[in-house]
Amino acid sequence: MDILSLFVVLPVLVIIALVFTKGLKQARQIAMVGSIIQLGMAINLLFAYLKEQSINDSIFVFTRDIVWFEEFNIHYNIGVDGISVALILLTSIIVLAGVFISWKTYDLPKEFFVSLLVLATGVYGFFISIDLFTMFLFYEIAVIPMYLLIGIWGSGPKEYSAMKLTLMLMGASALLLVGILGIYLNSNADGGPLTFSILEIAQVNIPFEAQKLFFPLIFIGFAVLGALFPFHTWSPDGHASAPTAVSMLHAGVLMKLGGYGVFRVAMFLLPEGAMEWSWFFIILSATGVIYGAFAAIRQTDLKYINAYASVSHLGLVLFALLMLNKTAWNGAILQSLSHGFMTALFFALIGMIYTRTNTRDITKLGGLLKVIPFISVIYVIAGLAYLGLPGFSGFVAEMNIFVGAFQNEDMFHRVVTIISVSSIVVTAVYILRVVGIILMGPVKNESYLSLPQATWYETTGVLLLLLPIVGIGVAPLWLSDMILKSLQPFLQGVL
Amino acid sequence: MELSSFFLMRHEMVLLAIALILIIAEILIPKQKKSSAVHLAIFLFGIHTALGFFPLEESSLFGGMFRTNSLIHFFKNVLNIGVFILLLQSADWIQEKIVKLNRGTEFFILLFFSLLGMYFMISAGDFLMFYIGMELSTIPVAALAAFELVKRTSSEAGIKLILSAALASGISLFGISLLYATSGSIYFHDIIEVITSNNLTILGFVLFFAGLAFKISLVPFHFWTADVYEGAPISVASYLSVISKGAAVFILMILMFTVLRPLMEVWENMIYVVALATMFVGNLFALRQQNMKRFLAFSSIAQAGFILLGLITGTQLGTASVVYFVMIYIFSNLAAFGVVQAISLKTGKENIDDYNGLYRTNPKLSLIMLLALFSLAGIPPVAGFFGKFFLYTAAASEGYYFLVFLAVVNVTISLYYYLLVVRAMFLRTNENPIPFFNNKLYMRLGLGITVIGILVLGVYSPLYDYIYELSAVFNQ
Repeated sequence: MDILSLFVVLPVLVIIALVFTKGLKQARQIAMVGSIIQLGMAINLLFAYLKEQSINDSIFVFTRDIVWFEEFNIHYNIGVDGISVALILLTSIIVLAGVFISWKTYDLPKEFFVSLLVLATGVYGFFISIDLFTMFLFYEIAVIPMYLLIGIWGSGPKEYSAMKLTLMLMGASALLLVGILGIYLNSNADGGPLTFSILEIAQVNIPFEAQKLFFPLIFIGFAVLGALFPFHTWSPDGHASAPTAVSMLHAGVLMKLGGYGVFRVAMFLLPEGAMEWSWFFIILSATGVIYGAFAAIRQTDLKYINAYASVSHLGLVLFALLMLNKTAWNGAILQSLSHGFMTALFFALIGMIYTRTNTRDITKLGGLLKVIPFISVIYVIAGLAYLGLPGFSGFVAEMNIFVGAFQNEDMFHRVVTIISVSSIVVTAVYILRVVGIILMGPVKNESYLSLPQATWYETTGVLLLLLPIVGIGVAPLWLSDMILKSLQPFLQGVL
Repeated sequence: MELSSFFLMRHEMVLLAIALILIIAEILIPKQKKSSAVHLAIFLFGIHTALGFFPLEESSLFGGMFRTNSLIHFFKNVLNIGVFILLLQSADWIQEKIVKLNRGTEFFILLFFSLLGMYFMISAGDFLMFYIGMELSTIPVAALAAFELVKRTSSEAGIKLILSAALASGISLFGISLLYATSGSIYFHDIIEVITSNNLTILGFVLFFAGLAFKISLVPFHFWTADVYEGAPISVASYLSVISKGAAVFILMILMFTVLRPLMEVWENMIYVVALATMFVGNLFALRQQNMKRFLAFSSIAQAGFILLGLITGTQLGTASVVYFVMIYIFSNLAAFGVVQAISLKTGKENIDDYNGLYRTNPKLSLIMLLALFSLAGIPPVAGFFGKFFLYTAAASEGYYFLVFLAVVNVTISLYYYLLVVRAMFLRTNENPIPFFNNKLYMRLGLGITVIGILVLGVYSPLYDYIYELSAVFNQ
């Protein structure tokens, strides 16, 4: 078994083990052990990758290629570069944190962890695939458990949110599927065989007409998952209804699939299409950045605030990718990672506040800093990281994005960049507003005075997420080195 | 003609023998022991299914009236497996409800004769054999649909089926006679030589197509489907939706790809429209169904629309994808019908609302249903995803991108109503849910085989390669 396939096989083994457990205690222990092993594997992969890339010059390392469906030239083709390694690490950390945060899932615990791990399997599989078919397969595997996760363990209008989310994402995959078939059927443009392999297609000059036709399909197909305006509406509802761990995984990992897919498939395989269409999607993503930020100001539900903030921040990822240069792309990947950690942390904290106070309405909360200091302090730190304070990961990412975006010298790019930069100010407004209302001031409700402090499992989960945020913020260079090196081959198409 | 050449008809012979044995058994077995006929029938059919896997030569009989080749042979085996699963799933129902009425053996005899008709239909080498096969496959099913004599809806289903089937085969026969008028022969291999695209031929083809479209329940020939499925016993509805539909699709495909290929320009456009209409009507009507049988009826109409995506191509890829998809569809739909059957038998409940909270009392059945519905909807990693993906690829490779796009939009619509059932089973709770029950051995076997099929058929790629190789027969 190679080092990468284990990422798909291990969660499946854990799922099988989970099937035989009884009760919450056993289920969460198995899930925890499984997730810790996954984290260990991810760290191991990181070091193995760093070692490998110094001696191996290929785009993807640890590749493995097994023919699957011969007639269609479908392969089980896997491999990683620096970007997927970083995202796999992100996933494994968030999954583990998610298991800790869901320590007290009383209703159908076994099924909960199984669904969570199915989702994780899909995400890992997606990040390691370098074959369009397997990639699409894992993409759908990652999306579908969300229906059960939100529908069974959610709160509020959960049936509605779960259905909306599933249908919108599956509808998007309709576009994606047609786009993938379009690429596949044009992959013989240079006289070779039809293929789904990303590396082989990248060598082919797909006709311009086809690129122009299929780029928007693939872009929108993936970007719906990345909350592209105006297709973001599934995201706030989904977040608001989802249980804490699911919100974390959803915003922290699942939505990253969108940006990653855009980068890996749309930009890499259809570079001419990207240049042709970039102006249109830049406008959409910039609108999303601003719209998300302003929408977040107006919300009173903590989860909705964070959900709209995610729309804004992930809009930046798409925005940066469309800038088609190295600095901006580096920023996009860093933003994906940093947003993943930060937003997962936020949702974890919101979940902790919610389980204690039974409300997420900011008008009812107040003075929490006095009663639950640990949670509140972390909340402030997360907020500061979110609004891009130097020393945290958000700053590094956004800096790169805007510098990269401004490198485009024409009027259009500069104007949209300036508009998008203004979202930073708005971010500060909504973050500080929430901090001011719920953490500072007098305690609004007498019963809050006796709120319990954070438990050990909550603390562990939270610290697990805080660590990388600070880590990337303080020492971003080793990470961006790894990313920049992996970006090189992808840039050749668009430069 | 040597006696040994009759071995080409091994499937038909053995099945006929089984049906005759059962008729004799019906007379010999004393009244109190009638339920042993059920075991006998399942046992014999099991042997028949196993025998089918022995290889067979490729040849024709009776001057080309009857022909067989490796793909036809393979497809007969697929039908056999489907019927075998169906028998396992309906064994309990027969033992509990039908044997009392002293009609247990009758059920099997009728079913086997209908299957025999399908064998002849897909093996037909001329229109006469084809027509006889089609009639033989339909008429017993009408009797089966009316099998639960105590239920008025059942008789209604039987009458509806026989009347519409008679009309459809009449129209089909008229189409065949027009084709005969223009080509001067009823033998397929003669017609291939002389057929050209003229108005009379096209008229003949369209009428002929209408007859088969009725069996596949393509829009606008689908009106009988929901009523018959709802009224007929579940086993019969399930037989109609998988076996009967599968066989009809198969023969339609063979005829279109070989005999009627010169008319491709005509049928391409026709299939395009019919496929869209079938998918949209099936899916949109399924949205608001409350009864599980009606729900599955409309879902199976929509699935037929997806199958047409492979038919429109006229290529080897299309043939292989259709056969592959039909096979997967048989397993998925039988799993869904099996669960409905089990629940209906124990509790008599057939509405989606009755399934509320099913997971908490009957987790296994709910999971089987979940797998079946995901497979029907085409969610990975279960088989349906692969089946659908290959159909899309086949259609897109002929340039039908827009059709594929609309098909995938339809998948999203269908996902909504499949998720409604999932919602009922997993998300909802119920004050008096369906209580826990254990299934008997036959039902467990029947469901188990379908689950294995759903999980394995998609991922196991050599199977597709095998079908692809076989499909070369009709696409030289």
